[in-house]
Amino acid sequence: MIPASFDYVAPTTVEEALAALAQYGDEAKIIAGGQSLLPVLRMRLNAPEWVIDLGRIDSLKGVRDEGDSILIGAMTRHCDVATDPLVAEHAALVARATATVADEQVRHRGTFGGALAHADPAGDLGAPALALDAEFVIAGPGGERVVPGSEFFQGLFETAVSEDELLVGVRIPKHTGWTAHYEKFVRVAHQWPICAVGATLKVSGGVIEGAAIGLTNMGATPLRAAGVEQALVGQQATEEVVRNAAALAADGAEPPSDLNGDADYRRHLVTVLTRRAITKALGG
Amino acid sequence: MARISMRVDGMKVTDDVEPRTLLVQYLREGLGKTGTVIGCDTSNCGACTVHLDGDSVKSCNVLAVQADGCEVTTIEGLADTVEGDLHPVQEAFRECHGLQCGFCTPGMIMQSVDLLKRNPQPSEDEIREGIEGNLCRCTGYHNIVRAVQYASGHLATAANPRGATEEVDAL
Repeated sequence: MIPASFDYVAPTTVEEALAALAQYGDEAKIIAGGQSLLPVLRMRLNAPEWVIDLGRIDSLKGVRDEGDSILIGAMTRHCDVATDPLVAEHAALVARATATVADEQVRHRGTFGGALAHADPAGDLGAPALALDAEFVIAGPGGERVVPGSEFFQGLFETAVSEDELLVGVRIPKHTGWTAHYEKFVRVAHQWPICAVGATLKVSGGVIEGAAIGLTNMGATPLRAAGVEQALVGQQATEEVVRNAAALAADGAEPPSDLNGDADYRRHLVTVLTRRAITKALGG
Repeated sequence: MARISMRVDGMKVTDDVEPRTLLVQYLREGLGKTGTVIGCDTSNCGACTVHLDGDSVKSCNVLAVQADGCEVTTIEGLADTVEGDLHPVQEAFRECHGLQCGFCTPGMIMQSVDLLKRNPQPSEDEIREGIEGNLCRCTGYHNIVRAVQYASGHLATAANPRGATEEVDAL
């Protein structure tokens, strides 16, 4: 199937893109890499009058060192994020999770900002971004504003980005020296996870000094497993500590029930995946 | 209508297209390059895989207007048209019979070329992961994986490993 007719504009600057948004408003859809939007348009689940393509805005591409943090441009492709040396060094969990998004062809087109702005609860990047205390840089008519992860994700496919705004970048505080693993449970290859867990840890002398755990598809938005983190920090990195901490992973979560698994199944699954993610992040 | 220009299999083309035109639709209906096939409506199957500026993409999931100014290589542009030789990966799929009905083959070959460009000596697991975006409903993948292994070995020993490491000139 092919999409319904639309008009198309491809601005080359953020200012032009914002002007196009102001002009076409709720009749417009933004296309980043298009790997989620184009199937939706082709199945005619959405039929915008205008499509605004951010693909020609070079200033939104690439990863920048900002001292205490790195800034990932919203239009940086998954394949570039997954292999970027700054991301590997300072946000290893993002690199690990990004390398598992869909398949290679999709990673050649899909973008970091596009996936986060789409806010699919089964998307792989929200939980790592949340766990790493990412800040979301949003441009609008009044200039830029910065929103923490806890406020960015507002619900199923809903974010803090208003109709006249654009997500332009994601700032991630450096987690240099933190080890990471993203454990993903899928029904078939290259599909969305039934549930996934991102774990990143700072360990010194066998003691866990820092822990950040993010959960994918355990609710309408990505979640942070604060109870697991608290149970790990300050403890020796032993199998028992990890097992006891992971058992808390489902606390407070309200996971969905669907054809791939009911809520109770996910509540159990997330504890298993959390244990595996932490163990692998510890090098086990 | 939108005016687009790109180079497809070495040939420069310029056309007016509706913005909603998918790249695969433009290749097949606009340029007659029916070697690239459409296998699904969901961007799952990978049968329509082509190279866009050197990277494999699903051409049903790219608008033709997004490819404006780009270099596109389809299955029809892989073989050496002067010498008439198949690309080493095409040769490998024939040698190992890496197909049954053949419908997924154009996409499988294009993705395998991309995989071998990035990783010339992939392990079996890396091959299976590398082609995870391409579905085959006949073979169970065994001979496809063997074909990629065969191509990997032959590309490594070939005096002129054409294609797998070759970069086409920019537009």
